[in-house]
Amino acid sequence: MKAFCTLLKNELKLNIRNMNMVIFAVILPLIVLVILGFLYGTNPAADGADYTFLEQSIGALCAISICAGGLMGLPLVVAEYRERKILKRFQVTPISPCMLLAVEFVIYVLYALASMITLLLVSRLLWGVHLRGSWAEFIGSWLLTVLSTLSIGLMVGGIAKNSKNASVIACVLYFPMLIFSGATLPFEVMPKMMQKIISVFPMTQGIQLMKSTFLGLTIEHSTIPIIVMLGVTLVCSGIAVKCFKWE
Amino acid sequence: MEKVVKIENISKAYGKYLAVSHVSLSVKRGTAFGLLGANGAGKSTTIECILGTKQADSGTISVLSLDPKKDRRHLFEQVGVQFQECDYQPEIKVSELCEETACLYKSPADWNRLCKQFGLEDKTQSAVKSLSGGERQRLFIVLALIPKPQVVFLDELTTGLDARARRDVWKILKDLKDNGLTIFLTSHFMDEVEALCDEICILNKGRTVFYGTVDQAKEKSGCNNFEDAYLKLSGEEADAE
Repeated sequence: MKAFCTLLKNELKLNIRNMNMVIFAVILPLIVLVILGFLYGTNPAADGADYTFLEQSIGALCAISICAGGLMGLPLVVAEYRERKILKRFQVTPISPCMLLAVEFVIYVLYALASMITLLLVSRLLWGVHLRGSWAEFIGSWLLTVLSTLSIGLMVGGIAKNSKNASVIACVLYFPMLIFSGATLPFEVMPKMMQKIISVFPMTQGIQLMKSTFLGLTIEHSTIPIIVMLGVTLVCSGIAVKCFKWE
Repeated sequence: MEKVVKIENISKAYGKYLAVSHVSLSVKRGTAFGLLGANGAGKSTTIECILGTKQADSGTISVLSLDPKKDRRHLFEQVGVQFQECDYQPEIKVSELCEETACLYKSPADWNRLCKQFGLEDKTQSAVKSLSGGERQRLFIVLALIPKPQVVFLDELTTGLDARARRDVWKILKDLKDNGLTIFLTSHFMDEVEALCDEICILNKGRTVFYGTVDQAKEKSGCNNFEDAYLKLSGEEADAE
């Protein structure tokens, strides 16, 4: 446990020193929030809706950070450590691969958490956004989205041949999910056909779930997204641990 | 005397290229062993097979009576390693790298004291990438000693160091050996090997061409100078002509 904490502390420091994730996973979602805030303010989401546009968007904004950490940060750091033979140095120490992966995983959970907290605080202070559903359900759906997205990233980092390869796969996953899952463009404005296609992304399911739980809407079909996301988490993290290569 | 490292008849091929062929060797506790040979002779592959970072195609390997593949986590509590291609996280500081290494072991050595002993006490807050070549090599020795190892593997530790720094490293290694540490090293510097190693093994194209002490090497080759003896035995002299 001590080893885990020391590694986590050091790796987090190194990661923050690098600044990439601070920008893409914390500052970027905040900028999007502020832009949306100035555009829509406290306007309702639609005519007659009893919640504001911003309240409807909080789930999607949280997803920007999850997407950046899980599909960009995590796979790249794992692949880079392998390519630079940093993992090989760890191979000749008593550390277990699972602990190493867990440390990197937790770092990106912390980024997503930092982003969620800043988004909730800023939107509340400036535009009076508040949670209409239950905290437990919202946090639960957030956590599920984080776990499923990060485990996809962990798997990509594990199976990519080198960091170039990892960054190509990361881009292929990151940009479509960021743009089409509803993290930036609202899901509601997309054509019906497209909505159907992008529903296969676990991210899309996560965003819909976070939105409903934040707004306190009755969730009609929550079983399928929950099963999809849990399944993705188990399968992907299983593959990541199973296929882990030091070199 | 107890054998700390024992390998028998190991071979390793990369595709059709045979990197190591039927190499056997053993290292007694408290001695220094030198694995010599030209670039591409199979030194690093041999070390990596011993450490289990590469899988030998055949042969048996034991380090401290453990199997490096199966007992990895147990074995590396007691073994220090410095790889030839050693890298670290970009932006990492000396203190962070030491701390991160120390936290992996059950009862690590005090890295602050090791840094002091190796003249790095002023550098602990510096970035590793800003260190000079000599400082960096000394840091890698510190890292290899953090586990309080019974045996250390040093792959071309002194390559890239100036004469002064090399002598300093020898002195350190000699002291460590006198304190009971077993050392397994590879080197291209014959003066260093002569000063440090109790036994040597010379590889050429993956095969053992000489195995014994430095004096035996001189005797066998009929040369007074060990470097001449090495060149003659390793067949590099003939290749050059």
